[in-house]
Amino acid sequence: MAFISGFCIMTIEMLGARIMSPYFGGSQYVWGSIITIFMLALAMGYLFGGRLSTRNPNAVTYALFFIGAAVFSLPIIVFADDIMRPIFLNIEDPRYGSLLASIIMYFVPTSILGMISPYSVRLLVQTSEHSGHMAGQLFFISTIGSAAGTLGTSFYFVLWFDVNQILWGSIAALVFAGSVILLFNYLRNVRVQNSAQPRYENQYEK
Amino acid sequence: MKISMKNRFTLSTVLVACCGLLTPLIAWAAAETIHEERSIYRDINVVQTGPRRCLIFNVHRGDRNQTCVDVNNRDKLVFSYTRMSFAGLLLNPDPQRILVAGLGGGTIPTTLADLFPEAMIDVVEIDPAVLKVAKEYFFFEENPNLKVTIADARVFVKRAGLLGHTYDYIVLDAFGGDYIPEHLLTQEFLEEVKQIMAPNGVLVANTFSTSRFYDHESVTYQRVFTEFFNFKLPSTGNRIIITQLSPLPPRGELVTRAQRLAPRLTKYDVPLLDYPTRLSTRVDWDMSRRVLTDQYAPANLLRDN
Repeated sequence: MAFISGFCIMTIEMLGARIMSPYFGGSQYVWGSIITIFMLALAMGYLFGGRLSTRNPNAVTYALFFIGAAVFSLPIIVFADDIMRPIFLNIEDPRYGSLLASIIMYFVPTSILGMISPYSVRLLVQTSEHSGHMAGQLFFISTIGSAAGTLGTSFYFVLWFDVNQILWGSIAALVFAGSVILLFNYLRNVRVQNSAQPRYENQYEK
Repeated sequence: MKISMKNRFTLSTVLVACCGLLTPLIAWAAAETIHEERSIYRDINVVQTGPRRCLIFNVHRGDRNQTCVDVNNRDKLVFSYTRMSFAGLLLNPDPQRILVAGLGGGTIPTTLADLFPEAMIDVVEIDPAVLKVAKEYFFFEENPNLKVTIADARVFVKRAGLLGHTYDYIVLDAFGGDYIPEHLLTQEFLEEVKQIMAPNGVLVANTFSTSRFYDHESVTYQRVFTEFFNFKLPSTGNRIIITQLSPLPPRGELVTRAQRLAPRLTKYDVPLLDYPTRLSTRVDWDMSRRVLTDQYAPANLLRDN
């Protein structure tokens, strides 16, 4: 799951410049805008994800991060032109234009994706002793995912697919991840209930 | 016997290798780097060999020269592709509003300004360092009729379209370095260029004549402009695409115009009379290739393959 979220973050980021170049060009500052916004969004995501994890951490909320990120990524496909056209018309300087467009298009989905890491740590960690180990493993996997997303997108996906097809792929992967979590959670609950039933009966008997 | 054969072979290999190494070294010794600069987009080098001064981007990666001037005869256009770009004048011999995307050493806009002193010329260049180097080392000068804007060409063209500006002669020369700006090759970009072309406007694009990318690019231009003159010469890896909004003129008309214009271009060393027979409308590319769009434009990957 951490792999998928890392992968999708970087896939969207790598496509960011390509999506914005028709309006703001291919200059250095377009990358500057995108990376700045992704970093800020991830920072906010880490903060709020960490805070949320203190209140009743559960798998359903966790799954909703993936599905929420997928839903909020949709405007990048559906409304990209409607978002960028008015910005292009109103802001002459492409630096601030690309910065504003990045905020509107990428901030929300990226910060939701950022919530996943700290929340995963909370769900995985059983004892405080192992927390560092767990966090390390988690960051390892999600960063490997990011590396794969970066490489895959820039080397191959853009050669094989349309930009929007790649974005749809990322959204599908996020929805898939969310659904798998929900399914596992459901199955586990069923199992817990089944195994819990006799114990309750015993207790009543006593 | 065997051993001596082997020795002789080794010796000759070493000799050949030495000569191979020495030749560029000799050339290198004569070439003098007079300016080096690292801009945010590229490494800029100005190298002088005898009277020839050249602008080179990313010299360590073995890039070709970007622009060269002969310091003793500044009017002379050194590069074959630069000369070829003036074939666009066969379609519009008297442009009044000119746009050049990509400054380089500034030879194309300087020559156009010299030919048409009354014309308003806009140059759009992304890299401020290139403008500085063009002014300092390549005798480029701005004047009230020749203005340079530091901007991305896509942004400039889109805004010009919104403002309703039109040009009757557009030169796209932004594809020189080792990285192709992919957003300047797409169908959407060419549609935007079309928007700013005056009814008699001509588009001259300097691009590549090799690799799979050639097919993709040709298909894209064909989609937007239906037909274009494909201008290639054996002496260069560049090809020039020349097109206009109205149907292309017949060859006879090109010859007449070339005869009328050629004397004005001799001082720049442009052999205009040779060009009409070279302008081809023959499809020599794979028509089944995909059109490059904002959604699909892996131009740099296609060029390498």
